[in-house]
Amino acid sequence: MKVSYYPGCSLEGTAKEYGQSFETVARDLGIELHELNGWTCCGASSAHVTNDEMAVSLGVRNLLLANKTRMDLVVPCAACYQRLKAAEKAVNTRKTIEGIPAGFATQGRIRHIVDFIWEECGEQAIREKVRKPLQALSPVCYYGCLVTRPPHITDARDPEDPRAMDDILKSLDANVKNWSYKTDCCGGNLMLTHPELARKLVARLFDMALEAGANCIAVGCPMCHASLDTVQRDITRSDGASYNLPVYYFTELMGLAFGNRAAGGWFNRHLTDAKSLLSRNGLL
Amino acid sequence: MASVTVRETAGAGLYSRKRIEEMSGEKISACFQCEKCSNGCPMVFAMDIQPHRVMHCLQLGLVEEVLNSDTIWVCVSCQTCTTRCPNDIDIAHVVDTLRQLSARRQVKESQKSVAVFHTAFLSSIKRFGRVHEASMVVSYAFQNEGITGVRKQLNLGLEMMRKGKIKLVPSRLWAGKQVKEIFRKAGRKRAQ
Ligand code: SF4
Ligand code: SF4
Repeated sequence: MKVSYYPGCSLEGTAKEYGQSFETVARDLGIELHELNGWTCCGASSAHVTNDEMAVSLGVRNLLLANKTRMDLVVPCAACYQRLKAAEKAVNTRKTIEGIPAGFATQGRIRHIVDFIWEECGEQAIREKVRKPLQALSPVCYYGCLVTRPPHITDARDPEDPRAMDDILKSLDANVKNWSYKTDCCGGNLMLTHPELARKLVARLFDMALEAGANCIAVGCPMCHASLDTVQRDITRSDGASYNLPVYYFTELMGLAFGNRAAGGWFNRHLTDAKSLLSRNGLL
Repeated sequence: MASVTVRETAGAGLYSRKRIEEMSGEKISACFQCEKCSNGCPMVFAMDIQPHRVMHCLQLGLVEEVLNSDTIWVCVSCQTCTTRCPNDIDIAHVVDTLRQLSARRQVKESQKSVAVFHTAFLSSIKRFGRVHEASMVVSYAFQNEGITGVRKQLNLGLEMMRKGKIKLVPSRLWAGKQVKEIFRKAGRKRAQ
């Protein structure tokens, strides 16, 4: 299967390992990724708080490029996904937007990476690739706020309880824990401006993950990863202990389970120790 | 929680409820104060006016109060309120509209950092077509707190560099011109 690919700005920098693991896993699964030629920033959280028209135009510019490819567009970041979907809805429902050709409509579907992999591959195809089952890992799946919300933009079937990432990791034999914080916010966009407030939200996610019996957290968004992984060492539990909860991209876990040698390199890039749990359990 | 008192000047400000409805395209008058938005809001602990009260203030024409609130700057745009409102009001979008209005005048000193951040972020897009994280963070930190701000980011920055998480040289794109054009148009509209 062939698909067009919008990596988004973080995958060029802080989330490099997400891009690398996705590309590796896609190859293993027979998915051909074609990076969208000339893609630009979707405007993220800053454009829509500044100017509605600009926010739509920044998204639409990429949709115009995607139309040329005649393929679906897969997006690995929750924020990019939501902004591109918002642009799609805006042009498909509003009559005129300056600078956008009249009658423009998106051709392919915009798809978030987690749903995309689950819908295209499914349990069977994923299971067939597994060399190292992940029984030792008990992750909670953290989807973040923007993959599913608001549903009139994202077209999420079950905005309060998405399941595709849980299903993918179960297919790797991970001991996935259920929790009700799948789509709660991590405060990512306050991380630089109000770090003390963002940390409160993140700490609650860690507390709830531990309460659910998890030994790690799986994510499918570079912003979520930055919030949970990068500042984890600065946050302590109420008893002063540190959380020590590795935060994995779900694609890293797929690559690991598929026995991919590159996996060790991905985990080296994390700021919260991601390797001890794996080596303790003979996974690395 | 600061309480909002209805003063005689209510509705006499620059913007009325109707004006905010027009600008946001959201039917604020449909709100019947069920409080679902505030009950699900993760940031309510840091807000001076809870989301359902923001709606009530707007209905009463207390637009100035809302424009000067912390609420509009600590909202994380998580869309929980919008998803849950029984009257299909896109509350997060109303907050966006309020932020846009507030930014056009003067953002209150204590919330200045948020506006500075968005400016730094957008400048990076305008300049490179994509956000270049490293220079964006430095630019934000410097504009926000000067050299002290940059120093605060230094340790984390060095560690991330060691981990290979920092892209040092920004991409220069052929598409940059089109992005600049988008900014130019948006700037012109705002000036009107
Ligand atoms: S959820 Fe909607 S109707 Fe209920 S208080 Fe909030 S804005 Fe008003
Ligand atoms: S979008 Fe803002 S107001 Fe709405 S629930 Fe999230 S933080 Fe609260």
